[in-house]
Amino acid sequence: MSTTLDAPVKTETFQPLSGRRRATNAAATVLVSLSVLVALVPLVWVLYTVVSRGLPAITSPTWFTNSLSGLLPSSSGGGSYHAIVGTLLQAAVTAVFSIPVGLFVAIYLVEYAAGSRLAKVTTFMVDILTGIPSIVAALFVYALWITTLGFRRSAFAVSLALVLLMVPVIVRTTEEMLRIVPQDLREAAYALGVPKWKTITKIVLPTALSGIITGIMLALARIMGETAPLLILALYAPFINTDIFAGPMGSLPGLMVDQLGNPTDAGTNRIWGAALTLILIIAVLNVLAKILGRLSSVKR
Amino acid sequence: MSDATTESVSSRPPAAALPGGGPGGQTPIPEAPITTTTPAKPVVRPGDRIFSGLATGSGIFIIVLIAAVAAFLVLRAVPALQRDQVNFFTSREFDTTTDVNALRFGVLDLFGVTVTVSLMALVLATPVSLGIAIFLSQYAPRRVAGPLAYVVDLLAAVPSIVYGLWGLLVLAPVLNPVGTWFNDELGFLFLFSRDSGSGVGGTIFLGGVVLAVMILPIITAVTREVFVQTPVSQIEAALALGATRWEVVRTCVLPFGKSGFVSGAMLGLGRALGETIALYIILRTSSSAFGYSLFEGGSTFASKIALGAGEFNNNIVAGAYIAAGLVLFVLTFVINSLARAAVAGKKER
Repeated sequence: MSTTLDAPVKTETFQPLSGRRRATNAAATVLVSLSVLVALVPLVWVLYTVVSRGLPAITSPTWFTNSLSGLLPSSSGGGSYHAIVGTLLQAAVTAVFSIPVGLFVAIYLVEYAAGSRLAKVTTFMVDILTGIPSIVAALFVYALWITTLGFRRSAFAVSLALVLLMVPVIVRTTEEMLRIVPQDLREAAYALGVPKWKTITKIVLPTALSGIITGIMLALARIMGETAPLLILALYAPFINTDIFAGPMGSLPGLMVDQLGNPTDAGTNRIWGAALTLILIIAVLNVLAKILGRLSSVKR
Repeated sequence: MSDATTESVSSRPPAAALPGGGPGGQTPIPEAPITTTTPAKPVVRPGDRIFSGLATGSGIFIIVLIAAVAAFLVLRAVPALQRDQVNFFTSREFDTTTDVNALRFGVLDLFGVTVTVSLMALVLATPVSLGIAIFLSQYAPRRVAGPLAYVVDLLAAVPSIVYGLWGLLVLAPVLNPVGTWFNDELGFLFLFSRDSGSGVGGTIFLGGVVLAVMILPIITAVTREVFVQTPVSQIEAALALGATRWEVVRTCVLPFGKSGFVSGAMLGLGRALGETIALYIILRTSSSAFGYSLFEGGSTFASKIALGAGEFNNNIVAGAYIAAGLVLFVLTFVINSLARAAVAGKKER
C-alpha cells in the first residue's frame, strides 16, 4: 500500500479516445445522419414526380372549370371540376359529423372523466379507432348503412365511413390542446361562480381554439385522400353531381382509380393532374394549419 | 396532477353559497354565521347537466361504435361463412363468382401476403426510423430538429393512392435491377425465387418497399417522442463518465426508449396490415399467385376487398369479403392494442 502512495504519481489527466471508440462514434454519426437522407429521398421524389407529371394537366385552361362529362377516354381535354367538388363536399359532410363528436369526446376525457374507468376505456377505443384500416371502416358502413338499413351507395355513405377515420384524429389533437390550457384559468372562472359548462365553452375552448382548428385541418387533409371507402360505398361519376344522397359522384381519388384503366396519354395525364390537385389541396390545409398553430395563444 | 385539482375545484361548494351572488335564489341573511363544517350541497345547473351529458354520451358513443363495428361485421359475415364450402382459415381459394350458395373462400393466401408484405415493410422501415429518431432527438440542434421532424411528418400527409401510383409507375422500373440481383444471387432461397414474369412491378417486393415509405413517419414519430424524454441526468452522467455521443445513445437513450420503439414499430405494422389502396394499385397488375416469394403477386386482405368492390351488389358475396375484413379488423385490433400497451406501460413507470 505504502509503496503505491509513496511512488511519484504521474497520471495522464486526459486519455485520448481509443481508436475503436472513436471509429464507432463516427460510424454511428454517419449512419444516423444518412437515415434522415434516406427518408427525404422518397418524399422529394414523390413530390417531384407528382408536380412534374401533373403540371401539364392542371395548367390546361379547362382543368378547374370542366368535368369529364361526355369525353372519350382517349380524347384530351376536360377537367377535374366534378372531382374537386365531390371531394370537398364529402369532406364537408364528414366534418359536420366529426367535429362535434370529436370535440365532445375530448372535452369528456379532459374536463369530466379524469381517470375514471369509462375514460380509460374511451381512450383505448379512440386508440383502436385511430388504427382502424379505412377498408374496415368502409365495410362497417356497408354492413350497417347499406345491407342492414337498406340505403343505397352514395357519397353520404362514404362520409359516414370517413367520420370513423376523422373522429380519432380530432379527439387526439383537441385533447392535447385542452390539457395544456392552464389550470389557473379554470380555477379563476370557478372562483367567480361561472358554471362548468360556461367555463369550458367561453374560456377553455377559446383558449385552445387555434390548436383545435389546426387539428381539424390536418384531419380533413388526411381523409381527403382516402380511397378505399370510395371503391366500396360510392360509384364514380365523370360528371357533376352535388346530391350527396343519391347517384354516383366524382372525387379526386375516384378520378385517379377510374383513369387507371385508361392506358392512353390523356388518362395518364389526368391521373397525375388529379394527384397534384389533391396534394395542392392538402398542402393548403397543412399550411393554414401551420399558420394557425403559430398564432396559438396557449403557451406551455 | 391536474386532474386532482379539477376534482377538488368542482366538488367545492359553488359560489351560490356566497351572499349576493349566484342563481341559488337564497334570501341574503345579513348576519349569517359562516359555516365551514357542513358544506352546502353543490347546485347542479341544467346547462351543466346537459353539457356533461353530451360529453359523457360522446365518450360512450365511441365505445358503442367499436362494438358496433365488430357486431355488424360478424352479423354480415356469418351468412357467407355458412355457405362456405371450404375451410375459411386454411383454404387458399377465394372464389365468389360462380355459385352464390356454394362459395369457396379462405383467407390463408390473403393472410400470407398481408403478413409477408407488412413484415418486409417493417424490416426496411424500422432501422431507418430508429436512425431518424436518434438523429432528431440526440444529434440535431433544436433549430434543425423541429423543421426536420415536420418534413418527415409530411411523408404521412401524402395520400396513399399517390404512393401506389408512384411505386408502380416510377419506382418499379428503378428497382428492377435490384430485384434481378436478388433473384440471381439469392434465388435459391424460396423468399427470392421467381417462376414467372419479370421486373418488380406488381410484386410483394415493390409493395413492401412502398409500404416501408408509408409507415416510416409513424414509427419515427412515436420513437422520437419517447427518445426525447430520456432523463437529462442520465445523459449528463454518461457524458461525465467520458462516454462518446454514440455511447450515450447506446447506454441511456436506447434502453430508455426501447418500449417506445417497439410500440412505434407495432403501430407501423398495424398501419401496413390495413393499407389498402397503394397495394391495390400495385398488386392488381400482377397475375402470378402467392408462392411465399417476394417476387410474386397476390392480394392482401385490404387489396382483395377493394378488388372485390364490384361484387358488392350481392349481400352474400359481400359477406365473404366482410368475413375477410373481420379477420383484418381483429388482426389490427390486436397489434394496435399491444402497441398501446407497450407505450402505456412505459408512461406509468
